Amino acid sequence: MRPFDYRSPADAATAVRSVAADPTAVFLGGGTNLVDHLKLGVVEPGLVVGLAGLLPAEVQELDGGALRIGAGVSNSELAADPRVRERFPVLSQALLSGASGQLRNMATTGGNPLQRTRCVYFQDVTTPCNKRTPGSGCSAIGGWTRNHAILGASEQCVAVHPSDMAVALAALDARVRVLGPDGERTIPFVGLHRLPGDAPQRDTVLEHGELITAIDLPADPIARRSAYRKVRDRASYAFALVSVAAAVDIEDGVIMDARIAFGGVAHAPWRAYRAEEVLRGAAAADGTYRAAADAELAAARPVEGLDGGNAFKIPLLRRTLTATLRDLAREESR
Amino acid sequence: MDADITLRVDGAPRRLTVDTRTTLLDALRERLGATSPKKGCDHGQCGACTVLSGGQRVLSCLTLAVTQDGAEVVTADGLPAAAAADGRLADGDLHPVQRAFIDCDAFQCGYCTPGQVVSAVGMLDEFARGWPSAVTRGTAEPRLGRAEVAERMSGNLCRCGAYATIVPAVQQAAAATGRPAAGVEVAG
Repeated sequence: MRPFDYRSPADAATAVRSVAADPTAVFLGGGTNLVDHLKLGVVEPGLVVGLAGLLPAEVQELDGGALRIGAGVSNSELAADPRVRERFPVLSQALLSGASGQLRNMATTGGNPLQRTRCVYFQDVTTPCNKRTPGSGCSAIGGWTRNHAILGASEQCVAVHPSDMAVALAALDARVRVLGPDGERTIPFVGLHRLPGDAPQRDTVLEHGELITAIDLPADPIARRSAYRKVRDRASYAFALVSVAAAVDIEDGVIMDARIAFGGVAHAPWRAYRAEEVLRGAAAADGTYRAAADAELAAARPVEGLDGGNAFKIPLLRRTLTATLRDLAREESR
Repeated sequence: MDADITLRVDGAPRRLTVDTRTTLLDALRERLGATSPKKGCDHGQCGACTVLSGGQRVLSCLTLAVTQDGAEVVTADGLPAAAAADGRLADGDLHPVQRAFIDCDAFQCGYCTPGQVVSAVGMLDEFARGWPSAVTRGTAEPRLGRAEVAERMSGNLCRCGAYATIVPAVQQAAAATGRPAAGVEVAG
């Protein structure tokens, strides 16, 4: 690990100025991903700016049942918040399906969406990777593909975003409050993460030095009937092969409205607008759910690789969406 | 680059100068002689390095020591003293979780055990506060059946595969500490 300076400023504005002024500087939140990357040599900052105690650590009540989650709120506290469990169950479930008890105690609301891909080639500095070293090539295409993208990838990068929390936030139309050297701005959560294109080194639209200070959850009654379902290679403490965040409003067997997002399949949490269009106004039945999945997955492009490729994710995601919606519909009719 | 930090480790104030790259795990083991937290994977995947910081279970291998200035750190070694200081244990007794691991023979090689024990202490505290897990259904208070214990302890791997006795040990400890109020399914 290369030597670095460490600072723990007194407030967020100072932290932002420190990082913005130094191209080699990084923010340190819970550290669960960054400290690992320091050890692996994936990042080699000259300055680490600690955020402990600088960011709001409360979940604040806004008008009409909306919530403002301070960026310093831990993943475990957020998952346990009674308001989140009641009004936004998909978010609590997504958080609890990720990582372990220890990691959720460390990980923060601001840091979780900014964690980086767990692509094994990205994390292995001896292999080419366009995300880690732009222009060096992609080892994942034609390599080990089980954990890679089927939607929105490019010839440069097929990595997926690893966060479960982010999939729920994409479905919930959350908004991200950001502090930068020139002041504050708010961006829709679905616009936070980028697709890889020809610049896979950039995970998000944030500029260097910009800091997430809070995430807002708008009041939305549909979110009360929501769920997160995650499929993985072991029962706990593993990243998603595919996952589904879903919220539905069903009246008399007809889907009035729906919010759907997928995880484990793209460089960003994947809001499934095409699936939502198919669901809206249709009968709450397995045939509808499969048609919704197929509408979204028409654009799927599996990656070929040494392990047989990842085309298995297409039927797996179709079945996972169907099962999630079937369960929610059953809940609705109780 | 060096930094001066002060922290309490198992009840004792310790001051030291650390390279900013030093993890809490390395500071504890290599600088302060606190060797009960173990270095398993050193990448946050195994849980052998689990300690309590500020009363919460965390991974010391993914924590930079410099961020722990002023922190109260408890390792497996310090659990009895910490419980005694709270008046929950007589001096010289083992912590109920440690006692339960011995009673249930909840280890083989023992390397993951200090992390398992600290994690169980933190987990039981979380459970007593009403925190849900991924297998908790609805908002009713869960019971600590096998599935709940396995899920809540999934961050601690045991390569010997002693889970068949670790789970009952955690359940016995939960019953022994009088928590949680919701009750424990020992046979669950």
